Amino acid sequence: MKANCWMGKRKVSVEQVPDPQILNAQDAIIRVTSTAICGSDLHLYNGFVPTMERGDVLGHEFMGEVVEVGSSVRKLKVGDRVVVPFPIACGRCHACQQGTTSLCENSNPNAWMAEKMWGHSPCGIFGYSHLLGGFAGGQAEYARVPFADFGPIKVPDHLSDDQVLFLSDIFPTGYMAAEMCDITPGQVIAVWGAGPVGQFAIASAKLLGAERIIAIDRFPYRLQMAAEKAGATDIINYEETDVHEALMGMTGGRGPDACIDAVGLESHSHGPMYAIDRTKQALMIEPDRPLALRQAIRECKNGGIVSVSGVYGGFVDTFPMGVVVNRALTIRSGQCHAHRYLAPLLEHIERGDIDPSFIITHHLPLTEAARGFELFHKKLDGCEKVVLKAA
Amino acid sequence: MEQQLTQQPSTADIRPTSSSRRRSSAGLGKGLGLFSVGLGLAELLAPASVAALIGIPSSPRSRLVLRALGVRELLSGVGLLARPNSAGWLWGRVGGDAIDLALLGEGFTSRRANRTRLIAATAAVAGVAAVDALSAARQTRGSTLSKIGEPIHVLKTITINRTPGEVYEFWRELSNLPRFMAHLESVEETNGVSTWKAKGPAGTSFSWQAEVMIDRPGICIGWRSVQGSTSVPNHGVVNFAPAPGQRGTEVQVELKYQPPGGSIGAGFAKLFGEEPGQQIQSDLRRLKQVLETGEVLYSDASIHRGMHPARPSKASTKTLKGAAE
Repeated sequence: MKANCWMGKRKVSVEQVPDPQILNAQDAIIRVTSTAICGSDLHLYNGFVPTMERGDVLGHEFMGEVVEVGSSVRKLKVGDRVVVPFPIACGRCHACQQGTTSLCENSNPNAWMAEKMWGHSPCGIFGYSHLLGGFAGGQAEYARVPFADFGPIKVPDHLSDDQVLFLSDIFPTGYMAAEMCDITPGQVIAVWGAGPVGQFAIASAKLLGAERIIAIDRFPYRLQMAAEKAGATDIINYEETDVHEALMGMTGGRGPDACIDAVGLESHSHGPMYAIDRTKQALMIEPDRPLALRQAIRECKNGGIVSVSGVYGGFVDTFPMGVVVNRALTIRSGQCHAHRYLAPLLEHIERGDIDPSFIITHHLPLTEAARGFELFHKKLDGCEKVVLKAA
Repeated sequence: MEQQLTQQPSTADIRPTSSSRRRSSAGLGKGLGLFSVGLGLAELLAPASVAALIGIPSSPRSRLVLRALGVRELLSGVGLLARPNSAGWLWGRVGGDAIDLALLGEGFTSRRANRTRLIAATAAVAGVAAVDALSAARQTRGSTLSKIGEPIHVLKTITINRTPGEVYEFWRELSNLPRFMAHLESVEETNGVSTWKAKGPAGTSFSWQAEVMIDRPGICIGWRSVQGSTSVPNHGVVNFAPAPGQRGTEVQVELKYQPPGGSIGAGFAKLFGEEPGQQIQSDLRRLKQVLETGEVLYSDASIHRGMHPARPSKASTKTLKGAAE
């Protein structure tokens, strides 16, 4: 089959690779109909995630048709149309039973590697390094899905691929970012980053009843999408406006009730801290640069919540712990426990509360995955989200 | 040792070899640290004299190399003086010795070198390297030179979302062990004596016999190898305790064994990725997978020998098929 493979830093290419096979009795094989490039794929693309190997199949946002099931699969049938959540989770360990599926205790066969890096291991993730299991990803014609009875959700035929594909990751990830803000009516939420996760964080904050939602980015087309499609009430372009002054003005001098970091480890900003962080990252003495996160912490109101959905992999420097302690902030974070959001968010889509396809700017055939990565990475041609059609 | 098993199968009986023993070797670590600092200063400040002493021609290049080595020596010396018990700094010295030996080897190719002095210097470095390697290995294992014969001790714990009775039942059926212990091929039990077959390095296979010494249903199992049945005498206890908050069972394995080559052998084995603690931890994780999900989960990478999932090559197709069958 054809699959999009990581071939080195800033290099991906569609290669002929072995077809996936049933390796466990609870596996299913999916014929991928739609798959997407995620912002976190760019961290792999840019070489920030360790333990990637040349030839690894990328992709953790995908959906398609079940073509084969293992002998222990009971609920899923050949022919079912499903969306696959990006965390691989067993459904039977303590973490899964608590609903925290991205912390599944049984789904990372390389848990020892993750333990060396992070102390304990989270779940395995499709196409996301050997540290997280060494599972082949879904930017391919076919994909193997472990624990098929627990992960994939069946989707009705009257909803298009574009409408349901993002249940796999970015919609639940944005939703969890908003949910972690404990939004109550009348609250003001600020969202750093108007990329795909930021857009869904904004849309979800609106679903959860926030009164004022402020989007912060530097690309006018992304801010425009946030305001016109996602539901942001205010936008701040930090290249033109001083973020602190703008937020003070918009929040009566208090700061936002909760701040969402939808940027992660490759954040951008102006001023000397950006140069310092980039240099340290290049010298490999600081793996992650947390510019948006530092600002989110600084701007958050006293006693507020900072919700981190952007991906960080290792360490950050100059972390403002004094702000967190002295102003009683709460920091919440985590890879999305996608499984628990699948059914409720599908319901939102069916009811027409939201049509997630609004973020798609590019449809490309799988064979043009490399171009998709370039468009998304360099933010060319107004690129917000690339969907690859495998068939 | 056998007595411990017949008494209380608690962790207190098989205490890890700890601080008191490590402290006793701090003197040697400090000595090596001082040696490093002295040598480092000499190399840094008087590289020409050092070159003459070890018999290599003094040139701008050799002086530069010696100064660089001096900086390295100083670093590891200061590191060792600060933490004389640190296996890391000691292994650092072993690495440094390897570099020194390689550079000295290169010295032999120079016509202007003083061979007699070079040979003497090489012998001296080799001697120091041996002391470094021994202290590092012993620090890694936490045993002293006089106690090379000490067994390896492993203690690992995992929580499994099943009752102590269920986990005990599964473990007590010893033929189940190869389902989660990667190195085991089979275990068969007849009349209280079990025969264990395991995979050794480089495709070899070996076996030994063991007997269950303690058997308390739902609480613990203790075993030891039958004397004379193996060159790797071993004994162990596995305890099953209810986890707090209805979280299932805490399974704790304690294992002691006498590896061939003693602690240094184990140190080398660790360098090649066969660290016993990690092996047991991975085995426990697979036990958890089997008991909670019914099977050991494979990723495309975990069935390959290296860490390669689906890759655009024929070789990987073959491996995939072999493993699936």
